[in-house]
Amino acid sequence: MLNNVYIIGAGETKFGELWDKSLRNLAVEAGLKAIENAGVYSKDIDAIYGANGLAGTINEQENIGALIADFSGLSNEGIPALRVEASTASGAAAVREAYLSIKSGEYDLVVVGGVEKMTDIHGSSILEKMSSILDREWEAFFGATPAAMAALIARKYMNDFNVEKEALSMFSVNDHLNASKNPDAQYRNKLTLEQAMGATPIADPLNMMDCSPISDGAAAIVLASENFVKKNKKEGVKILSSAVAEDYLSVGSRESIYTLNSAKLAAEKAFKKAGIKRDDISFLEVHDSFSIYGLLELEDLGFAEKGKAKNMVYDDIKLNGRLPVNPSGGLKAKGDPYGAVGIGQVVDAYKQLMEKAGEGQIKNARYALLHNMAGTGASSIVHILGE
Amino acid sequence: MTELSRIWRETEYRYNLIGFKCNNCGRSYFPPRDICPYCHRESIGKMEKVKFSGNGEILSYTTVHDAPPAFKRQVPYTLALVKLDEGPVITAQIVDCDPDEVNTGKKVHMVFRKIREDGTNGVIEYGYKFRLN
Repeated sequence: MLNNVYIIGAGETKFGELWDKSLRNLAVEAGLKAIENAGVYSKDIDAIYGANGLAGTINEQENIGALIADFSGLSNEGIPALRVEASTASGAAAVREAYLSIKSGEYDLVVVGGVEKMTDIHGSSILEKMSSILDREWEAFFGATPAAMAALIARKYMNDFNVEKEALSMFSVNDHLNASKNPDAQYRNKLTLEQAMGATPIADPLNMMDCSPISDGAAAIVLASENFVKKNKKEGVKILSSAVAEDYLSVGSRESIYTLNSAKLAAEKAFKKAGIKRDDISFLEVHDSFSIYGLLELEDLGFAEKGKAKNMVYDDIKLNGRLPVNPSGGLKAKGDPYGAVGIGQVVDAYKQLMEKAGEGQIKNARYALLHNMAGTGASSIVHILGE
Repeated sequence: MTELSRIWRETEYRYNLIGFKCNNCGRSYFPPRDICPYCHRESIGKMEKVKFSGNGEILSYTTVHDAPPAFKRQVPYTLALVKLDEGPVITAQIVDCDPDEVNTGKKVHMVFRKIREDGTNGVIEYGYKFRLN
C-alpha cells in the first residue's frame, strides 16, 4: 500500500509531580529524546503536531504549537507546528493527524509530541479545571467531577452484572505491578488488593486507588513514510490502522451508560482497516483513567462480553497472561498527563514491539492495540501497531 | 469568576427544568439542544421547548467526597443520574436525605436550590436538585 506510516523513534519524560519542570521544558525534553532516538535532524522534519488538553485553563498558555517549535529551536526553519486538542484523547488525536498527513503524501517525516503540566494548580482547584472534560454546563455545573461520572457508571454496571468491587481493584493492582517495571512511571510501588480496596473514598464505589493521579509529563514519537524509511534505512513499527469515533458528550445522553460506544465503533473500524483479528493482538494499552473504564474497554473493544471483563482481571491481563493489558502501568500507575497519555501509549508499545521494553518486555509481542479516550467516552481513538 | 451572562442565559432551563421535544419523532431532550440526533435536518425548526414534570427515578448514584472549591461546603454530597418520566437522563444532586436512603430505582422529584457559589464575592448560582418522594 502507498505511503505506509512507521514509528521510527520514541521518547518521553518521567510522568509524575515534576515541580522543577515547566510545560515547555517537558515538551522539549520528550521531543528531543524522540528525535535523537530516531536519528533524524531538523532539516528532515516536515511538520510537528503537538497534543495538549488543558494548557489554556491550567497554565494560561495557548499557542502550544508555536511554543513547542520555538523552544525546540525550530523557529528559524518555519516548520509547521499545530496543536491538536481532543480533551484527554489529544495525544492519539495528534498521532492520527500526523498519520493522515503522511498517508496523504503531503509529508514524509512528522514529529508528534504531547504534553500536560497539571501540578501548576494545587489542591481541589485542579478538579474544577479537570471537570472541563465533562459537559461543563450540564454535568460539572451541578457538582459532577470525572471521578463522580465514572462512579455513576460503575455503580450501575456493578448492579446490573453482579460485579464485585474487587474486580475493579484488580485492574489497579495489575497497573501498579506493571508500572513497577517501568522507570518512567509515576507510581512504581506494588499495590496489594487490600490496599486497593481500602483506600480513601473519592466517589463511591470508587476510591483513590481506582483513580488515575494528577500528572505532569510529555511523550513524543517520530513518524515517517515508507519512502523515508527505505531511503534512510530506518527500522520501525508500522501503524496498521488509526480510527476515531464519537459518542454523546454527557453520560446521561447515551443509550446505555456503561457502554463506551465510541470505543466500540473505533475498534471495529481499526480492525477492519488493519486486516487482523482480535486473536492476533499481543497486548493492549487502554485508557483506564478510572478502573471501571478498564473493564468497560475490555468489553467494548471486543475482548470480553458485556459484564464479563471481571473474568479477565485476575490472570488474563497480567504481563505473562493471555492478553497483557497496560504493560506500561496504565493511567493509574504510569500516570495521566492528559495530552501526553495517547502518545505515551505509543512510546511504550513501540518499545514492546521493538523488544526494547526491558524488565517489562512481553514475549513475542507482535501487534498492539492502543485506546485513548476523551472525557467519559465522548471520543475514542484506536491505533493498531505491528510488523 | 463566572460572568453573569453565562449563568443568566441558562437560567430558564436550570430554574424550570425546561428541555426540548422534537416534533418530528416525539423524543424529549435535556440538556437543551437545537437538533435532534435521530431526525437531523428534519428536526430543524421543529424543536420545541417543553417544561418537564420534574418527576423521575434514580438510575445510578454516588457520594462525592472529593469536589471542586465551589462545592467544598457541600461535601459529601450525593450525585445521581435521574431518569425523568419524559425520558431524558440528567445529572443532578439528591438532597434532604441521608446518603444511605438513596438507592437505584427510587422515585424523586425536582426542587429548586442553590447549586454553587463562586468564592465569597462571586455570583451564587441556582438550579435543580432532586428529593426522594
